[in-house]
Amino acid sequence: MIRLNGEDCDLRAGATVAAALAQLDLSPEAKGVAVAVDGEVVPRAQWGLFALADHARVEVLTAMQGG
Amino acid sequence: MSEAIDTQGGARRNGAEPVPSAEPLTIAGRTLRSRLLLGTGGFPSLAIMAEAIAASGSELVTVALRRVDPEQRGSLIDVLAEGGVELLPNTAGCYTARDAVLTARLAREAFATDWIKLEVIGDEDTLMPDAPELLRAAEELVDEGFVVLPYTTDDPVLARRLADVGCAAVMPLGSPIGSGMGIRNPYNLALIREAVEVPLVLDAGVGTASDAALAMELGCDAVMAASAISRAQDPVRMARAMRAAVEAGHLARHAGRIPRRTYATASSPDAGLADFS
Repeated sequence: MIRLNGEDCDLRAGATVAAALAQLDLSPEAKGVAVAVDGEVVPRAQWGLFALADHARVEVLTAMQGG
Repeated sequence: MSEAIDTQGGARRNGAEPVPSAEPLTIAGRTLRSRLLLGTGGFPSLAIMAEAIAASGSELVTVALRRVDPEQRGSLIDVLAEGGVELLPNTAGCYTARDAVLTARLAREAFATDWIKLEVIGDEDTLMPDAPELLRAAEELVDEGFVVLPYTTDDPVLARRLADVGCAAVMPLGSPIGSGMGIRNPYNLALIREAVEVPLVLDAGVGTASDAALAMELGCDAVMAASAISRAQDPVRMARAMRAAVEAGHLARHAGRIPRRTYATASSPDAGLADFS
């Protein structure tokens, strides 16, 4: 099981970050998006390659009004 | 709110020309003609936000980093890009240096900017900064090449420590975030002005235009306003007011005000006074 933005999702171990983004209807070209896996930044260039481990915690963030 | 959005500079059509003599502000090599920084939170709509940004003349606006909400396809980034403003991501909501540093790294990845408005909160009721965590995060981010603009207390010693570790500016609060209480300790702000050479930006507490003017008169290089504009009954009008206040305060600071005196000093001459006795 993989946690995506705080919720369990259908992905299994071995799925890529890009697959996680697809769960949120985001393409790998999405502007203004950043991804952290288990508290580490995964650079955009690695989204298609980075394989998620079981129980990985994926955070997909973007700009919100604030400050 | 019936006026159309004017991305060419909403205030210009209202006669609020920028003061020609106002010299630009430089932070970490970037020149800003406007000395007003805007927060994007709290506006009733993106359209009103865009109109208020244009009216304010601001070139640098803050955004927060939050989880993508698939239900809400907001176009915040696009609206800000259309307005021609630069993004200043913040670490709002972070309570530890670790979280703030990670958020800054994610912001750099998301928005391709090294600039970060560093917030490390220590108390959820007052939203006051956690000084040790803030300093730790600032040091780490400077080491990683970030242009760090820390939200800090109005403590001159902490401000100096932040400047000493390489922060590009310091952003003390006037009073708690969103409180609209203005500048509670103007003496500290004046002391910070003496304590640091980096740009000084009043961050939180501005409630209305006179607060922004006072900050500039006390020697701030710029003012950051968020709730004071976004939650005003007429945000666009308040954005214009803040712009004028920042320009007025900056001019007044450099015009050299008269000293305060206890007793009156007549402004009309005694010589030539008529004798009616």
